[in-house]
Amino acid sequence: MNALGNQMFDKLSKELDFPFKRTGSLVVCFSIDEIEILNRLLKQGEENGIEGLRIINKDELKKMEPNLSDDVAAALYAPTAGIVCPYEMTIALAENAVENGVEFKFNTLVMDVKKVSDGFEIKTSEGKIHTRMVINAAGIFADNINNMVSRNNIEIIPRKGEYCLFDKSLGGVISRTIFQIPTKMGKGVLVTPTVDGNLLIGPTALNILDKEDVTTTNEGLEYALNMGKRTLRELPMDKIISSFAGLRAHPVNNDFIIGEAEDAKGFINAAGIESPGLSAAPAIAKTIEDIVVNKIKPNIREDYNPIRKGIPKFREMSNEERENLIKNNPAFGKIVCRCEMITEGEVIDSIKRPLGASTLDGVKRRTRSGMGRCQGGFCTSRIVDILARELNIPITDVTKFGGESRLLTNKNKDGIE
Amino acid sequence: MMEVDVLVIGGGPAGLAAALSVKEEGINNILIIEREDKLGGILNQCIHNGFGLHIFKEELTGPEYAQRFIDRIEENKIPYKLNTMVININKEKIVTAVNSVDGVLEIKAKSIILAMGCRERPRGAINIPGSRCAGIYSAGTAQKFVNIKGYMPGKEVVILGSGDIGLIMARRMTLEGAKVKCVIELMPYSTGLKRNIVQCLDDFNIPLKFSHTVVNIKGKERLQGVTIAKVDENRKPIIGTEEFIPCDTLLLSVGLIPENELTKCAGIKLSKVTSGPEVNESMETEADGIFACGNVLHVHDLVDYVTMESIKAGKSAAEYIKGSRIKNKKAIVVNAQCGVRYTVPQYINPENVKDNIDIRFRVSNLYRDSYICVYFDERLEIKIKKRILTPGEMETVTIRKDVFSKYPQCKNITIKVEGDLNG
Repeated sequence: MNALGNQMFDKLSKELDFPFKRTGSLVVCFSIDEIEILNRLLKQGEENGIEGLRIINKDELKKMEPNLSDDVAAALYAPTAGIVCPYEMTIALAENAVENGVEFKFNTLVMDVKKVSDGFEIKTSEGKIHTRMVINAAGIFADNINNMVSRNNIEIIPRKGEYCLFDKSLGGVISRTIFQIPTKMGKGVLVTPTVDGNLLIGPTALNILDKEDVTTTNEGLEYALNMGKRTLRELPMDKIISSFAGLRAHPVNNDFIIGEAEDAKGFINAAGIESPGLSAAPAIAKTIEDIVVNKIKPNIREDYNPIRKGIPKFREMSNEERENLIKNNPAFGKIVCRCEMITEGEVIDSIKRPLGASTLDGVKRRTRSGMGRCQGGFCTSRIVDILARELNIPITDVTKFGGESRLLTNKNKDGIE
Repeated sequence: MMEVDVLVIGGGPAGLAAALSVKEEGINNILIIEREDKLGGILNQCIHNGFGLHIFKEELTGPEYAQRFIDRIEENKIPYKLNTMVININKEKIVTAVNSVDGVLEIKAKSIILAMGCRERPRGAINIPGSRCAGIYSAGTAQKFVNIKGYMPGKEVVILGSGDIGLIMARRMTLEGAKVKCVIELMPYSTGLKRNIVQCLDDFNIPLKFSHTVVNIKGKERLQGVTIAKVDENRKPIIGTEEFIPCDTLLLSVGLIPENELTKCAGIKLSKVTSGPEVNESMETEADGIFACGNVLHVHDLVDYVTMESIKAGKSAAEYIKGSRIKNKKAIVVNAQCGVRYTVPQYINPENVKDNIDIRFRVSNLYRDSYICVYFDERLEIKIKKRILTPGEMETVTIRKDVFSKYPQCKNITIKVEGDLNG
């Protein structure tokens, strides 16, 4: 799935206009004895059909990546590996789905899934939905959903991964994704450039109990940084700009759970998709598509549009392109996020487009405003203003990411007698 | 392509004073570029008083202080562009800027004055673990919400860091109806001005906890509280000293960083200590004809000193245009040693010193009853007794021009803190 998915990214990223770069990756080892392990990984990779794999000695490695630690002994090089912006990819897919008629219901909790004669009845916090088929892509909650309808219970463990993000001035320190030798907890802490030119270190891997706990911890961040320091010759700690955590959906049986539930025909799982789930995603989708098409035998839609155009990226344009953009819409001449060079035009577009942003983090993930070295210090108040204006809501209703995550609580002097 | 004699990047206190000083020297082809929608820079949100005691001998608010310069800019008809952001400077001193009206502007400048100011250190930079919920702001961001927009970021506040903006915001939030529970400082001393601790914390009974830090942040959507802990002498949290403080807002006042991304575009190296460019007695950077002043150079506590420094930068830029300035020859290197973190300027050409020169610096620790010593090569020339020296307050030593003539061969001036009298 990983190898297959990887090959689909060039076309997908072009059609949906999200950033993808084939940068290559290196699995480094720190002693000659470990080269044996690299050879095993090489063999395994070749069996999976991955092209261009080879073992690289220290001299060549240091030429390819001069900023690696002097302790590296050798590496396994995979030239086909690539990096994407995971949230831009997800948003691109969702926007394209809307374009093609998919309806999204947010803030809707699935409470029960029942098999009925002609399909399923889904009981949600917002009412009942009747459907012929269900695709379970509920991430770390996919076990709860599956277990509502199938007796073949599955169990998903939230596995926390913590990351540290570094300033763009360090983006050029390495040009490939650097792994260390994988452990039984997964591929380990990697050091990688991001598609936007930052340096990213992580993730850690720790099984936890709470499926909603995305807090970072002192121990986690310290571990990630220490592993990063092992890979790199130098890691300036004063260049960290942010840290964050996420949860992988780790299945107890250690493998992706993809396919129709045996005792609930029409209920299809895409569950336990932990790393390398992102690379495998397009291939998993194809597998599921085949099951659905086989079952429902739908007509091919003539008006299906595979193309989605992203928000114009002022920061990546030539001055001539910028000039034209501003002529057509002066809002693109007003830079609101100075660190990432994001214009008001981009922010407005992110709010107005299909499935547009309605929160500060929504705008951030669509435009990068607030993702730079000042971390929203200067642009937050501006984005809050634009959100209130474009959504026509009071400024105190603007949230960071929905719910009770309000950014401002009240007017000055409220509550003073 | 537009051509100007002097381009000033930034319309805050530094840029305004520099531009006026250029104009006073008889240079007319000046342009100020400002990214905000009005001149004045960060002073516009500093509505408290205490500005101008040195320059105007009276106490002004931030906007009042700024207005005095804005009025003179208008009187002198010095051109400026608002809502305009510089996105590049190249080595030929061609500046690229963007706004909604002109689109992409290219401006060829004979001389450039860098006056972009600084930014606040964000949460990420100090890596506080925990939730990434709403309610965590840098103090300056909160100040903008309260003082410019009229909205409060929260009701129950903990402030991390005793920098001046944090102290000022402790008082502001209190006056606007919030409860400020405490100010937490990692170091055993404050990084803010003494007068701000008295007027902003003591007068409002707000506790200041030294040698403490925030070790965890709790809250799913909106902040619910922070865990603080005492730290040891290596600034590591001491296990067992944790204390949970319920609050809906955490303000960070944990340092300012000169904003020099454009300076780097021009190929100018930055000092590892100040994060700003190094300059000589004329506020000139290593790049010929590019000057710097204000917080882009090093972080100041008092705007009055920014103004003084900027007047000098403006004057030097004008002299550069007129060709009357003595070019860099063999400059004396100014060294910071023994408790002195850095100096500005870092180089001095004595020929360009008019009557005297102020060397500004910060110390790296708290010193009582000690001396600031200035050495010309090996010879001790100036020794000033100081009852107290603290990292939070910028120090100045003034060297008269005639002292330089005593040491025509001098290569190094060294500034040290010496003789802690109490041992």
